[in-house]
Amino acid sequence: MALSLEHTEEYMRDPRKHQFSPYADNGGTSIAIAGDDFVMLASDTRLSQGYNVLSRNHSKCFKLTSQTLLSSTGCLADVLTLTKILEARLTNYAHEHLETMSTTAIAQLLSTLLYWRRFFPYYVSNILVGFDEDGKGVVYHYDPVGHMEKMTYCASGASVTLIQPLLDNLVGGKNMKDGRTTPITQDFAKRLIHDGFVSAAEREIATGDGCTIYTITKDDVTEETFKLRKD
Amino acid sequence: MEIIHEHQPGFQFDNFTRNEKLISQGIKMPKFHSTGTTIAGIVYKDGVVLGADTRATSDNIVADKNCSKIHYMQPNMYCCGAGTAADLELTTQMMSSQLELHRLHTGRQVPVVAANRLLKQYLFGYQGYVGAALVLGGVDKYGSHIYSIHPHGSSERLPYTTMGSGSLAAMSLEEAKILVRDAIAAGITNDMGSGSNVDLCVITKDGATYIRPYEVTESKGERQGKYEYQRGTTEVLKVYYKPIEIVSETVTPTSPPTDEESMDTA
Amino acid sequence: MSILQYNGGCVVAMTGKNCVAIATDLRFGTQFSLIQKQFERVFQVGPKLFVGLPGLTTDTQTVLQRLKFRIKMYEMREGRRVQPKVLMAMIQNLLYERRFGPYFVSPIIAGLDENDKPYICCFDLIGCSTDPEDFVTAGTCEESLYGLCETLWRKDLEPDDLFEVISQSLLNAVDRDAISGMGAVVHIIGLWSDSYIAIFNFCVGIL
Repeated sequence: MALSLEHTEEYMRDPRKHQFSPYADNGGTSIAIAGDDFVMLASDTRLSQGYNVLSRNHSKCFKLTSQTLLSSTGCLADVLTLTKILEARLTNYAHEHLETMSTTAIAQLLSTLLYWRRFFPYYVSNILVGFDEDGKGVVYHYDPVGHMEKMTYCASGASVTLIQPLLDNLVGGKNMKDGRTTPITQDFAKRLIHDGFVSAAEREIATGDGCTIYTITKDDVTEETFKLRKD
Repeated sequence: MEIIHEHQPGFQFDNFTRNEKLISQGIKMPKFHSTGTTIAGIVYKDGVVLGADTRATSDNIVADKNCSKIHYMQPNMYCCGAGTAADLELTTQMMSSQLELHRLHTGRQVPVVAANRLLKQYLFGYQGYVGAALVLGGVDKYGSHIYSIHPHGSSERLPYTTMGSGSLAAMSLEEAKILVRDAIAAGITNDMGSGSNVDLCVITKDGATYIRPYEVTESKGERQGKYEYQRGTTEVLKVYYKPIEIVSETVTPTSPPTDEESMDTA
Repeated sequence: MSILQYNGGCVVAMTGKNCVAIATDLRFGTQFSLIQKQFERVFQVGPKLFVGLPGLTTDTQTVLQRLKFRIKMYEMREGRRVQPKVLMAMIQNLLYERRFGPYFVSPIIAGLDENDKPYICCFDLIGCSTDPEDFVTAGTCEESLYGLCETLWRKDLEPDDLFEVISQSLLNAVDRDAISGMGAVVHIIGLWSDSYIAIFNFCVGIL
């Protein structure tokens, strides 16, 4: 005897699927370039969701110590939580050891923090910049679950596909017969970051409004901003 | 056989089954270019003003920074479009030629209602699958009209035009242009799917003026660096070249044969 | 993965001063496995006219055949060569005819028109055309190409400089794309000195 659908009990029907979507994509793009005695970190200042602009003045860069900066893009809620935890850990460390954490140590700590959430990751792309043990500028790039790579330049976030090959070419000297022969200067890096953002704002809708560039040297951290298109 | 095949009128469905099969295998259909679009149209004292932004997107990438979204229908009629970019381009092109044929057939200016009817019936026939949302505006002997037409084929002549009064109808041209400009500019800055310039089209009983661009709200930032490669930067593995032979094509107009000549041939 | 990404490959075209360039990578694969590394997806369809057809390779080839057929029919009927803008309308109609069962290609046109003015144009897969004054890109690394072209392209490039800009754009873009690359071919159609128009074909990158 066939069961008619009307008389089927709730528990006998096919299981119903429920979906939980815990992540939001809030856009944002960052670029980092390291030189011998400096390192630069920049991010755009647009915060978005879908086709809506949530803020036009929201920098994604966080100053962790006087020598180390972090840029975090992706899901804003995760960015805030991650940086909060990271900052607490840095404070603890400073109190326990009576010194600030080195860039290399923070780099490892961040990787560990991200991997702790291996099966429910923070939806963020991080770039950490600072100086290594030899005092040279260094850039660390992360994937959302803590894979860490040390490099001299990189881009991340919404416009990474537009900017990364540009950096490969103009900073890395890729595909040029003689490659890059001169070291990167601060002036060149700043112009390139500016032009990278101008190009990205032109073609990627989540990038725009403005840009903040942080330049870290042995002595200090300077901040500069410029405008990008607002449409 | 091929000739017959290539000249079949209307849409072709020869790839449809294959594509459906691919989709059922879990392969994603590629995204079409779309106009995230802000469009607007209002009626003012002497006619209508239509406005549009100029951005076309494919996902999160700007596919066209300066596309034209106010389409020509007739000398007294233009049409703003939002939705699937190809649908808008081709639908307005087709409708424009239909209207021109209609004009030649009837020997008079096509009224805006006729264009509205033609468009909505076409769209209704495709049950919303032709993704075109339109704002049709024009001036004919019955007055100034704005119609908004939805992809499924419904349309309405907007209330304020029907009433023909109120603050909008009492506006001067400059006021009307600024109002539409403000509406479009709000879309351009606050909606990430809209961007670039403001285009306007003003239609009165004396004809249409297409102002493109009316205003460039945002421009590309100045490049600060110079990225000029020295010649020889790219390694060339092989070169071959072919010069193009320019065979001149001249057309000589021939005068009609004189009587004597035609006598000769005869 | 979208079906447009199944075989990989990309095309870019740029304008210069009295010249125009179109370039393509040479990879043909199925998803991440390589099948051939000498596969061109840019074709000459007139003395000063090229068309690039990145996308699903089976459709690249079908669309090319259909296009050649239409071009030949046009040239026989009209007794003249196809101009870039005519080709634009032709491709638009060909693709939009299949609005509800499209070919998975996003074509690019590059050529000189009857007055030797540069013309470039690109389409989405159902025939929405765009003809800007600077550059057009299509294929699997279209975003990377946009980023590079926006920074590197400048007005009135001489043919030799146009070659450097388009080559560097393409080579660096395909290096960040797993399913494009294996070297590239650049075609430059232009007035090389004041006297002659020629097409130069360059092979660059790893072959």
